[in-house]
Amino acid sequence: MPQIFTASADTRLRAGMLLLVLAVLGAGLFIGGYMDSSYATLVGWTRSQPVPFSHQHHVGGLGIDCRYCHTGVETSAEAGLPPTHVCMTCHSQIWTGAPMLAPVRASLATGKPLHWNRVARVPDYVYFNHSIHVARGVPCVTCHGRVDKMPLMRRAHPFQMGWCLDCHRDPGPHLRPPDQVTRMDWSDWDEHPQDHKLYGELMVKAYGIEPSKLDDCNVCHR
Amino acid sequence: MSRAARRPAIALLLAPLLALALGPLLAACDDEMSHQPRYDSYEPSELFADGKSLQAPPEGTVARDEPARQAALDQRPAMSAGLLARGRERFGIYCTPCHGYAGYGGGTVPTRGFPRPPSLHEARLREAPSSYFVDVITHGHGVMYSYADRVSPADRWAIAAYIRALQLSQNAPLASLTPDERRRLGGGS
Repeated sequence: MPQIFTASADTRLRAGMLLLVLAVLGAGLFIGGYMDSSYATLVGWTRSQPVPFSHQHHVGGLGIDCRYCHTGVETSAEAGLPPTHVCMTCHSQIWTGAPMLAPVRASLATGKPLHWNRVARVPDYVYFNHSIHVARGVPCVTCHGRVDKMPLMRRAHPFQMGWCLDCHRDPGPHLRPPDQVTRMDWSDWDEHPQDHKLYGELMVKAYGIEPSKLDDCNVCHR
Repeated sequence: MSRAARRPAIALLLAPLLALALGPLLAACDDEMSHQPRYDSYEPSELFADGKSLQAPPEGTVARDEPARQAALDQRPAMSAGLLARGRERFGIYCTPCHGYAGYGGGTVPTRGFPRPPSLHEARLREAPSSYFVDVITHGHGVMYSYADRVSPADRWAIAAYIRALQLSQNAPLASLTPDERRRLGGGS
């Protein structure tokens, strides 16, 4: 009876197993890296928009408060996109002939809304509510970044669960006084982190925030 | 065990491995969980001729809270520190881009070519009743659009109250100050 296995069969088997283990590890590393890369999180990417609206100009340059356009942010889950009427509050008088704003004028004339492409988006299984975050003093800049420095809107942070939980598990240091929520460049406490820490601790108590419950699944997923 | 019977067994062993490797990759795609078959705010819809899922209410619709809104608009709230604080905040959001923080009309938008609004400190506006400011916020005036969709009725009264405080701040007669306040101004008593 001939030999079933050649002399090198053992070595080949071991090499094969080693390759398999390396492949699984490599795949894990690759997928993990991919999920954290800006390809998956879209951090820093701009999207093409019907009008190249500049937050840098309107927020940084003119100093218009976020709530002038995003009127729902204090009272509802959605911050709200301004209707064309809001754009035309100023642009009925200034830059009235600018070709860049032609889609805005067309929208007002026809009643057809501008089709903006969404930049800050969480998946449908996340029930994010703007009003409660703003009411408790989580500033806009924490999630949306320095929009006053963005000529074109881009995502500033990876909207991943780990990033949400970082704050949910320790909300105190992220809270600001309510009248500073929309300020982009607020730095009063940067030199006195102790004040900020103390304020956060007091507010967590005052508002009855329970960090131990803030990472329950059903806080965000229903 | 025959060859045919062994194949499903191998498939069973490999399936979890494959799922482990492909699972996160699939999750990275825009799957059904991430984009559920429902309308998010402002999402387009093919159901309606105008392509919007967010339909405007039909002509003549009366909102459920309309009587409450109308009552808030008709009734001037009592003056209080809270009302002024609210008015100051709302004035800062909706009015300062044109009217400026002090109400003289030197906001950032007029410096870019928007017609300069009248100063809130001219005699005509100092003598106007608070309801006049509420009315202008509600219906607009001249090149100023209506702010009815942005400023709630109660907030319009709060802004009107704050305008009163602004006007007083720029036109306070010296005689109305206490000796202590006059001393702080540096004028002596």
